[in-house]
Amino acid sequence: MARLIVMGGGVSGHTTATFAKKMLGKDHEVVVVTPNANWNWIPSNIWVGVGEMTKDEVVFPLAPVYKKAGIDYRQAKAISIHPEGKSDREDAYLTIEYTGQDKEAKTEELTYDYLINATGPKLNFGATPGLGEGTNLGKHTVSVCTADHAAHANLELKACIEKMKKGKRQKFLIGTGHGMCTCQGAAFEYIFNIEKTLTDAGVRDMADIQWISNESFLGDFGMGGLHFSMGGYAASSKIFSESLYAERGLDWIIGAHVNKVEAGKAHYELLDGSFGVAEFDFAMLIPPFAGVGLKAFAKDGSDITDTLFAPNGFMKVDANYAAGAYENWDASDWPSTLQNPTYKNLFAVGIAFAPPHPISKPMTTPNGTMIVPTPPRTGMPSAMMGKAVALSVVDMIKGKTTEPTHTANMSEMGAACVASAGKGLFTGTAAAMTVYPIVPDFKKYPGVGRDLNGTTGEIGLAAHWVKHILHHLFIWKAKLKPGWTLIPE
Amino acid sequence: MAEKHLGHIKPYSAQFGTMVPMGKQKFLRTCIIWQLFRFVAINIRMTILILKSHH
Repeated sequence: MARLIVMGGGVSGHTTATFAKKMLGKDHEVVVVTPNANWNWIPSNIWVGVGEMTKDEVVFPLAPVYKKAGIDYRQAKAISIHPEGKSDREDAYLTIEYTGQDKEAKTEELTYDYLINATGPKLNFGATPGLGEGTNLGKHTVSVCTADHAAHANLELKACIEKMKKGKRQKFLIGTGHGMCTCQGAAFEYIFNIEKTLTDAGVRDMADIQWISNESFLGDFGMGGLHFSMGGYAASSKIFSESLYAERGLDWIIGAHVNKVEAGKAHYELLDGSFGVAEFDFAMLIPPFAGVGLKAFAKDGSDITDTLFAPNGFMKVDANYAAGAYENWDASDWPSTLQNPTYKNLFAVGIAFAPPHPISKPMTTPNGTMIVPTPPRTGMPSAMMGKAVALSVVDMIKGKTTEPTHTANMSEMGAACVASAGKGLFTGTAAAMTVYPIVPDFKKYPGVGRDLNGTTGEIGLAAHWVKHILHHLFIWKAKLKPGWTLIPE
Repeated sequence: MAEKHLGHIKPYSAQFGTMVPMGKQKFLRTCIIWQLFRFVAINIRMTILILKSHH
């Protein structure tokens, strides 16, 4: 009997573990190690953040689902990986520290045959002074990164609405809280929900709403922008995004590295080297992401963290990390099997894998500050990676092969994104965007880097309905309810 | 044709330099019959995307 350990129970980890267990059956063991007690459908946190949903509608407990699936669930955080075992033991093992199940703070060593890193990100609020301490959100801003954060954001929003109803003008600042952030899409969706909520509350005329982000142009989205086939044109996402902002009267600051946050003030540096201060009464600034801080040790106890992980804490996989300058980047730099090059029984999926480089072009201010959105790898791509790696590992465990049999390369896969503004079935609108491939391939698609048949964007109620359906479908799937395997990633 | 919903855009502001939707486009975004067609189209598009993405 082989043991597969999956670190992380989010979108990618949950997908990996559930598919692997279904295919391996009772002959082999699947263990999930995650510090969280709940699974969270993160895209709907946006609706929690404006009071359109409650926290309970976007989370559910993992324990009963894993019990039903026959998965060994450990509510614990992974501390260190020992891929060579230790002096008195050959077996590779993982050290974990419990965060629940009445074993808080207890540590344990779990041996493994295969280990999949799906830990997701460390929310690095501490990277920007005043944004927070370590992984903890500070007191000056709000966040929608977790369901709890989103519920708190809604309370703060409602307090602002009350002030506006009493005649006090309020300023809203939404975007990214550091020059190296990713996940602009979440902030993008949130600002439109804020605008819709304020309009519905009858206080839109009392609000100034401003976007701030590290994108060098609106609509970069950490993907270097994209082009849609629209009205006979290959229209840039810059035009698409600026149109959405202009229509709603939203101002924007782009190319910004937020370097300090104080009560009511966000200090920033722009790509031209100038500095500025954005004042706010309500700010939702996405923190930068980092690896969760896993350590790795060799058989003799020496630290080999640098062998397994990139400096940002994400796990090295089969990517080309030596591509160098932007001019040398190629779609083939991106990993396919997501297998660690040193230890073949290690894989990383979702945010946990180290990308070879950003997708957007890195830019540096005259003061030497680098400002570049880091690559998005959440949601649909992370689930597809999870399934591909699960299929490969299952084949390897069953002895069909010694090499991964499935791939999930971001330069060969697409992504769909639905950004809502409001939640009503007949009110509000949403933007439905598809992009193919996620990482542009300028050799295959000269000029725009993407297939214009697969890269589309449109705004309307229909996208709203899609967003509703995705919410219910993916929670159904994650709960492993009947037919869950038929719902695609 | 006066487009009142664009009244907030100021000349030479950043918002002045992009395209903005006019009445027909805004109507279609919330026209139920048209959106039913678009709903089908978006689902077909996303299904093709998924099929192309799994290897």
